[in-house]
Amino acid sequence: MPNKRIYLYPVWIRLWHTINAILMVMLILSGLSMQYSNPNYPLIRFDLAVKMHNISGILITVFFLYFLLAIIFNWAGKFYRMPLKGYSKRLLKQVKYYMFGIFRGEKAYFPVNEERKFNPIQLLSYNLIQFVAVPLVIITGWALLFPETIVLNFFGYSGILLTSLLHVIMGFFISIFLIIHLYFITVGHSVTSNLKSIVTGYHDIDEEDSVATQTENSTTLQNNDTHKT
Amino acid sequence: MAKRFTFRSLKKTALILATIAFSMVSFFTLSSQNETEALNEETTYCLSCHGHETYEINDTITGEYAKLKMFKELQIDLLKFRQSTHGEFKCTDCHSSDFEDFPHPFSAKAEASYLCIDCHGDDEDYASYHFDTIEQEYLKSVHVTEKGDDFSCWNCHNPHAYKLTDKTPGQLGNRIAENNSVCLDCHGNINSYNSLIGREKTDLIKSHEWLPNQPLHFSRVRCIDCHAATHDSILVAHMVLPAEDAVKNCVECHSTNSILWGSLYKHQAMTTRNELGFYNGMITNEAYIIGANRNYYLNIISIVIFILVVIGIAIHATLRYIYRHKKHAK
Repeated sequence: MPNKRIYLYPVWIRLWHTINAILMVMLILSGLSMQYSNPNYPLIRFDLAVKMHNISGILITVFFLYFLLAIIFNWAGKFYRMPLKGYSKRLLKQVKYYMFGIFRGEKAYFPVNEERKFNPIQLLSYNLIQFVAVPLVIITGWALLFPETIVLNFFGYSGILLTSLLHVIMGFFISIFLIIHLYFITVGHSVTSNLKSIVTGYHDIDEEDSVATQTENSTTLQNNDTHKT
Repeated sequence: MAKRFTFRSLKKTALILATIAFSMVSFFTLSSQNETEALNEETTYCLSCHGHETYEINDTITGEYAKLKMFKELQIDLLKFRQSTHGEFKCTDCHSSDFEDFPHPFSAKAEASYLCIDCHGDDEDYASYHFDTIEQEYLKSVHVTEKGDDFSCWNCHNPHAYKLTDKTPGQLGNRIAENNSVCLDCHGNINSYNSLIGREKTDLIKSHEWLPNQPLHFSRVRCIDCHAATHDSILVAHMVLPAEDAVKNCVECHSTNSILWGSLYKHQAMTTRNELGFYNGMITNEAYIIGANRNYYLNIISIVIFILVVIGIAIHATLRYIYRHKKHAK
């Protein structure tokens, strides 16, 4: 049972996370509504969906820049560093844990502590979403907001068509990420513990996983060393 | 003994054939040249006045000359006329031969001009254009119901410059611009609008303010796509509707069942329909319509990925639940 509390999510990140979540949901719903618009079954009326998508898109850009500046100038940036040496092995280990170990109640190979917020799978998916998918969706979104800026013909294909496809594909990946992200709320010490953490900012960890006590545990030490390289 | 084909005999035959071919080409060229010359002669005569902004008349008694202005409506652009579908006609093919006299007699001026249907109605060569249906649709249009005889085909179509728009792929933007310029000649021109309608022109930018991304809509959709009722058998809708009946519901265009397939993209819809349905044959590379252009394969792939993710999560959650209960039971 966890016996130590660490302050993992400071106010600025919880604020960004909440706003980002609301805006993302609004963007996904309005985006789906436009992409699969149907006169008989409108999810959101088309013109409202367009307005909602545009406003949320502009706001999410502002908050993305806020997030970017915060992790560049704040201590949180270190959590996103992904040393490639031995990474595939660590990733495989985490995959194995989620596929088998988790059911048997095994202890997590890469538990959360003061120095490590994300396990190898989270590290990869968060980096891909935050630094590939979201920037691409924002750039293509702004281009579609000013379509006259888009190149008319790109090697025989309409620039607007290609931009839209990229926008929709990235939007889809973000939606899939969101579904899995929501499921992983339940994969904590208890079903609701992760949810409580993101609300209060405090995360319960095992004393032995803490950086302060890691020297007593050789496995944790090994993991931590690879993380630092 | 059979006659052998030698190089010399082949050469002879070729020479005879070449002579026949040359004389045939010369004959047809000369005869068509004669026709063109006759055509040019009459047209040149008419256009000596009607091809310019001013013309000169002289008083046969006093011998005085006067330079007068040729009204814009009576001016003909020779180049545009020659390139038009009617470009091979002589002036008197359509206009009274009384016009050959100068000054033109009243009888010529009073004569009613031909309308499209007068030549093209019941003409088998033009059956595919359905001129009769065009006429019926046009008679129901707001232009006729509001203006009656003051309005005719020629208010929109200039018979001296008319030509079919280029419907080849890649020409969509030009086709839209050409088509919209017909409407804007009056609706975008304060003088022409006033002289015909007699009231203040609507500010088009203001009246279309509700339309998001107005410049894009104006350059990628034709006015008639929203302002005219389509008819199955004609390519271009001619039943122009009153402003209040125009399409104002986004999803009428922005959906897979887009009305644009029956109007703007009708030509392509008829030529590129494929087994994946209209909207995929319609990914024309020339336009992207949110909600209407959906990529069939991406749709399938995304649905499959979505279902797999949901199933994966369901299995994972169930296994976690089962194992947790087993552990508790122990």
